[in-house]
Amino acid sequence: MDVLAFLLEPLQYGFLTRALAVTLAAAVVAAVLSCWLILMGFSLMGDAVSHAVLPGVALAYIVGIPFSIGAFVFGAGAVALIGIVRSTTRLKADTVIGVVFTALFASGLAIVSATPSQIDLMHILFGNVLGVSAGEVWQVLVLGAVTLVVLLLKRRDLTLLAFDRTHAHVIGINTRRLSALLLGLLALTVVVGLQAVGIILVVAMLVTPGATAFLLTRSFDRMLVLSVSLTVVASVAGIYASYYLDISTGAAVVLCQALVFTVVYLVARPDGLLWQLGRRRRSGRTGRGSSPARSGGAVEAAPPGDPLPGRARTGDPLTGTARSSDA
Amino acid sequence: MTLTDTQRTTPVIEVDRLGVTYGQVRALQDVSLSLAPGRICALIGVNGSGKSTLFKALMGLVAPDTGGVSLFGLPIADARRRQLVAYMPQTEDVDWTFPVSVADVVTMGIYGRLGPTRRLREADRTAVDVALDRVGLAELRRRQIGQLSGGQRKRVFIARSIAQDARLLLLDEPFAGVDRTSERTMVSLLKTLRDEGRSVLVSTHDLAGAPALSDEAILLHGSVLAHGRPAEVLTPDNLARAFGQAATTPEDEA
Repeated sequence: MDVLAFLLEPLQYGFLTRALAVTLAAAVVAAVLSCWLILMGFSLMGDAVSHAVLPGVALAYIVGIPFSIGAFVFGAGAVALIGIVRSTTRLKADTVIGVVFTALFASGLAIVSATPSQIDLMHILFGNVLGVSAGEVWQVLVLGAVTLVVLLLKRRDLTLLAFDRTHAHVIGINTRRLSALLLGLLALTVVVGLQAVGIILVVAMLVTPGATAFLLTRSFDRMLVLSVSLTVVASVAGIYASYYLDISTGAAVVLCQALVFTVVYLVARPDGLLWQLGRRRRSGRTGRGSSPARSGGAVEAAPPGDPLPGRARTGDPLTGTARSSDA
Repeated sequence: MTLTDTQRTTPVIEVDRLGVTYGQVRALQDVSLSLAPGRICALIGVNGSGKSTLFKALMGLVAPDTGGVSLFGLPIADARRRQLVAYMPQTEDVDWTFPVSVADVVTMGIYGRLGPTRRLREADRTAVDVALDRVGLAELRRRQIGQLSGGQRKRVFIARSIAQDARLLLLDEPFAGVDRTSERTMVSLLKTLRDEGRSVLVSTHDLAGAPALSDEAILLHGSVLAHGRPAEVLTPDNLARAFGQAATTPEDEA
């Protein structure tokens, strides 16, 4: 089979072009958002919001309104609930997130099990991108476009918020409103991604592309571009893999993203694992039986890394206030 | 920015009987102080003496139980909106792996006077260039911030407050992890900023550096123990009260 036929064959099917459109739209929006999520330490929040929408989706089907409305209400509600519990207890953010999202997810399961004939749980959990209707495609495209435009218009403020929340506050930005905007956009992105890969795997779309791009660059703008381009490649590859290998579409897309991440993790310069191992071997060789001056040279050849070790952010992901080391 | 007469005479910081409590812990009690324009003031105290809390109170990040703060004769929120205040974070509160360049961070200083999407005009780019020049980082403008030395890292944030054209600089432990040469560069930079009429409040537990840097000093230990010229404040007696009490029992603090 020649290449062109290989590429064109799946596109004869309406359901596959719709699947491609939905997956690409969801993947692009999620890839943009993921750049801020991973820098703010909000990955777990993405997981929480995606699980928490289950009761919303189930209720939407029962009531007969568009699933995206139900999903958004519960996604945003989960964010608000987490914020309220967080600010009124001494519990840490990840603890509160864990309690709230599992409770909401379980109530979703309860609703679904009480009305078994109406909803296909597997489709909600794992996506049903091959079964989307034209109307659902439009929902996804419109919501995706709105989310993307807002994200891009506000991208400088969001980056400032992620980098230095105190400075944002000091120059008069309402950081609480800006965080709420970001979390609202997260809820919208989850809604967009549900159709493509389902509740369980949507977090992959919210985390993996940004993480992959982060390994490749030290510039935020380039990180955005890389995150989107790599996710487009992975999504298209995933759809084709799903068609030709006859595997779940959502799973195929997420696996392709994970594959891209793995390749980058191994070979990206200068921090990829293989380069690190190579340097370690080289410096090991020069270190043995050679002058201190030469091993000094090997040290200089090391990546222009941090004089201080890179550190994970330990700030509070919800309030994000500068930590008080001096109470 | 040209100064109006009121700006020249109104205290930059006016703290009146400020008290801040975190849950059961009283962090600040009955703190009153005033800082005139064009002064460098060292805020000295042990860890836990309330330096960071005072900074947060000055920025409106903690709500006081008692008393209040005004900056430039304005409520804090107004001073913030007018871009009058700049804050330099402690080294360990910055994510040095964050994918931003030196110029990106300095540009964040002028966001407050840009439109909603923060698009830069030509004059804004110039302001960033001038700020980078003044701290000697013009050559390194494209570097990712994690690839700078300790002193350079601090100067990025000073450049950010210069670009912002802030009138009050709050510097949280600016000399921690900085070598002597860089420290001297920073001190002379801060003195130039002071001579332009800006005020600088520097939190530090470095007693040796304080007199060379500052016009006045505040010794803090939950409340203000002393405030005046560094030589008057840093007497053995006062220091014993501020630093000797580091291991006080909770009753003493309450």
